[in-house]
Amino acid sequence: MKAVEFRDVSFSYGEGTFAIKNLNFSVEEGEFVAVLGHNGSGKSTLARLCNGLLVPDAGSIRVFDLPVGDKTLYDVRKRVGIVFQNPDNQTVASIVEDDVAFGAENIGLTREEIGRRIDFALHAVGMEEYRNATVARLSGGQKQRVAIAGVLALGPKMMILDESTAMLDPRGRREIMQVVKRLNEEEGITVLLITHFMEEALLASRAIVMNGGEIVMLGTPNEIFEKREELVKYRLALPRISRICSRLREGGMPVEYTLDYEILAEEIAKCVSKPSI
Amino acid sequence: MLKDVSFGQYYPVDSFVHRLDPRLKIVFLIAYIVALFVASNFYGLAVCAAVLLFAIICSHVPFGKVFRAVKGVLFLVIFTAVLNIFFYNGDAVYWNAPAVLWEWHFLRVTQAGIVFSVFLVIRLVLLVTCSSMLTYTTTPVSLTDGIESLLTPLKWIRFPVHELALIMSIALRFIPILMDETERIMNAQKARGAMLDSGGLGKRIKAVIPVIMPLLLSALRRADELGDAMDARCYMGGKTRTKYKKLTFTWRDLIVFLLLAAMIAGVVVLRIYLGAPL
Repeated sequence: MKAVEFRDVSFSYGEGTFAIKNLNFSVEEGEFVAVLGHNGSGKSTLARLCNGLLVPDAGSIRVFDLPVGDKTLYDVRKRVGIVFQNPDNQTVASIVEDDVAFGAENIGLTREEIGRRIDFALHAVGMEEYRNATVARLSGGQKQRVAIAGVLALGPKMMILDESTAMLDPRGRREIMQVVKRLNEEEGITVLLITHFMEEALLASRAIVMNGGEIVMLGTPNEIFEKREELVKYRLALPRISRICSRLREGGMPVEYTLDYEILAEEIAKCVSKPSI
Repeated sequence: MLKDVSFGQYYPVDSFVHRLDPRLKIVFLIAYIVALFVASNFYGLAVCAAVLLFAIICSHVPFGKVFRAVKGVLFLVIFTAVLNIFFYNGDAVYWNAPAVLWEWHFLRVTQAGIVFSVFLVIRLVLLVTCSSMLTYTTTPVSLTDGIESLLTPLKWIRFPVHELALIMSIALRFIPILMDETERIMNAQKARGAMLDSGGLGKRIKAVIPVIMPLLLSALRRADELGDAMDARCYMGGKTRTKYKKLTFTWRDLIVFLLLAAMIAGVVVLRIYLGAPL
């Protein structure tokens, strides 16, 4: 089944220019897709269209075979959760447990079921010990994990991360990415990761590059990062490992182009041990 | 400086007081405030103070924390007290001939005025302490659950009880965030050479505008984002909503309820039998 399907979708914020232009794309259930693009490329708009926070001007969107529209909003949002950028602005309650419960309360579950959902969600993001903690005292990464738990409590089949790591330090980013990767692999949750950190896109099985409201590149992260000139054109910075590779090659070390540090290390070792250099 | 404002913050420990039904704690606070003003002499106020002291000890909230809440309104309390010393001359019922201690034009200090001011200080301090104890020992969510439950009868006249409760809990949740933000903006303005702490009153008030405006804008932006986040988590108003935390009235609440009744009875009895300076 397709998790999300866009058909000729256009959206404009009403300033004459389209934030999303004639977009066609789909995500399969269980996939991990990264959406890349610089500011204003339309990637956040894409996220908001997926669960009906925004309504397209033209075209149709289906989520798990359900057309996104006014009448289906509730069911769509149960299936597709969004984690936003600023952890402070998406927490409703002051206590971790209460905040995680918010979504589950909204969909009218019984107390016992809500309790079970909180247990599950906090366990899934590794925050069980913080159940009764004050949200304001947590670190950025922890707050964002609580936000993920809050979405998980709704029992979604798909999770959209709209630049959810942009405000975190490297450690917080790593925490979030580990959680997301695990949710995708172990719980089978479809992930749409919107980011401008190229390193994060490496975890995805497929990556999409957006520019000016259109999809301009599509493929596995490896395929995309090989086209360096094109990425530069869309104002995207290469992941660090790609930059290291290209600098080494420019400097005369014939390493294979790779996105894996282990492989790069072996490549370098091979080159160094060759008597010709 | 802004870190000192601790009103409206929860102190997370587990205690007898923390476990009380929030509805009871709200009713307690209201009854306590009434009792403070029913108490007409030092004995009555002493009873109130003793009950509150007992509550603080039972709540495991450190005294330093409690004192910080009082410190926040200390200026207001002193200001009111000073005004009263000079302008209050005593009630004719209790003070037939107010003993004038000092007089200058329209300013007059009487024995009644001093006693009244002291009473006022005690009352205000106890009032603030008691209300901050409510927020220290009750999470915003259970506080608003309590208010929502107490206001339920108003649903009959279609008063939006749930919405009101939600607005309050969100306001409480954002207090620490907006505090931090204010401090950040103030530092940013100071770094640009703004004189926030010096100059006359007029100058200082003007200097606050560049702090208030960004704060207001940011609060609006936050509200917008929070609204989206709530929508995304299936918020559709209170109609279909269930509650995870159920409020239950237990033996603890019964004990406190009896204590409260005893305190009010005590205050009333003391007022009737001992009469009062005020």
